[in-house]
Amino acid sequence: MSETNQNEAAELSGGKPAVSRRDFLNEITLGALGVAGLGSAALTYQYFSPNVLFEPSTTFRAGNPDLYPLDSVTFLQDQQVYIVRTDAGFYAVSAVCTHLGCITQWKPEANMIACPCHGSKFQPNGRKIEGPAPRPLPHYSINLTADGELQVDKLQIIKSDQVLKV
Amino acid sequence: MATSFHAAFESLRANRVWKSIFRSGPAITNRTRSLAVFGNLFLHWLPVKVREKSLRVRAAYYLGSLSFLLFLILVVTGVLLMFYYHPAAPNAYRDMKDLRFVVSNGVFLRNMHRVGAHVMVLLVFWHMFHVFYRGGYKPPHEFNWVVGVVLLLLTLFLSYTGYLLPWDQLAFWAVTVGTNIISAMPVIGQKVRFVALGGNIVGENALLRFYVLHVVILPLLAFLFIGVHFWRVQKDGGLTVRSKDDDGKN
Repeated sequence: MSETNQNEAAELSGGKPAVSRRDFLNEITLGALGVAGLGSAALTYQYFSPNVLFEPSTTFRAGNPDLYPLDSVTFLQDQQVYIVRTDAGFYAVSAVCTHLGCITQWKPEANMIACPCHGSKFQPNGRKIEGPAPRPLPHYSINLTADGELQVDKLQIIKSDQVLKV
Repeated sequence: MATSFHAAFESLRANRVWKSIFRSGPAITNRTRSLAVFGNLFLHWLPVKVREKSLRVRAAYYLGSLSFLLFLILVVTGVLLMFYYHPAAPNAYRDMKDLRFVVSNGVFLRNMHRVGAHVMVLLVFWHMFHVFYRGGYKPPHEFNWVVGVVLLLLTLFLSYTGYLLPWDQLAFWAVTVGTNIISAMPVIGQKVRFVALGGNIVGENALLRFYVLHVVILPLLAFLFIGVHFWRVQKDGGLTVRSKDDDGKN
């Protein structure tokens, strides 16, 4: 005989109720503790996610466009960004390797960007030549300020075929 | 001389304070020896009786005990290092340099902590291999094997969190690479990395978080699991011994 049938039988015969007082209190206590536990887990997660970060700004000015000669790749060490100027215009490529976050280096003699940590290689436009990096180097949004300087926003990643014509 | 020392010890034992601490009296019979072990917090999770075989060096090469000894050394040296170390940028790097070049005996303590950590990782792995090849994970020791795996992970996490604290290039890049591996986890990877570092980059928040993990949370967990581990060795019937050793001795 299953448990439900037993309970029903007990109820019909006017005996014990379907749920005993002890079971009811146990369940309601465990339920309350579960809800409180989930709530405190969520609160703890929120507590550990900072709302204000004292990190360097992700937007920066890269100076006057005339600073960059035609067909050049310039590494901005403080920002970890390459400013590339071609016939078509300007674009900004991340210098952070997509493999494990090391800082890549521009090798003008080989015309490529290389990572010193695990040997990934990229073209100046960020396209991957050789792994272990899984993805190409991303392009950051680049535009001109009102006073004619280049400005890069490292939070905005744009398609690699978009260039800034000056 | 020997008798006067003996007499002095006997009178100490008759002292009321001594008797209140060691209530079972002198451990001269098997019963009083057992009572002395049962009644002592620090001894009670060790076995009252052991097989002579399990005391042989080749039974375990004392690898577990040596790992524990290194853990104690790391706790003591680590607490001493904490007196000079600020977990903030740029103090952390300077404090580490101060410990090496300015503080009396600082370089000794720092290197003891650093080398001790390397040796502990080595010994914990060796202990694990030894237990594995001896079949020490088999019933009734399965649960204690799992506790041991947790202790291995805690040892590695302690090493990893401690690696950031010198706040040098090696530390920075090791943690950058390591936390980028975390972010490769599907769906929640970026969030876990953000919470682990307390930001998007390895900065001051990350240093403080790793410090708290390294000096409070992980050592407490390690103490807890070491206690369970030792206690279970006794409850599971002592060390695994073979009926015959490799050299044919019983």
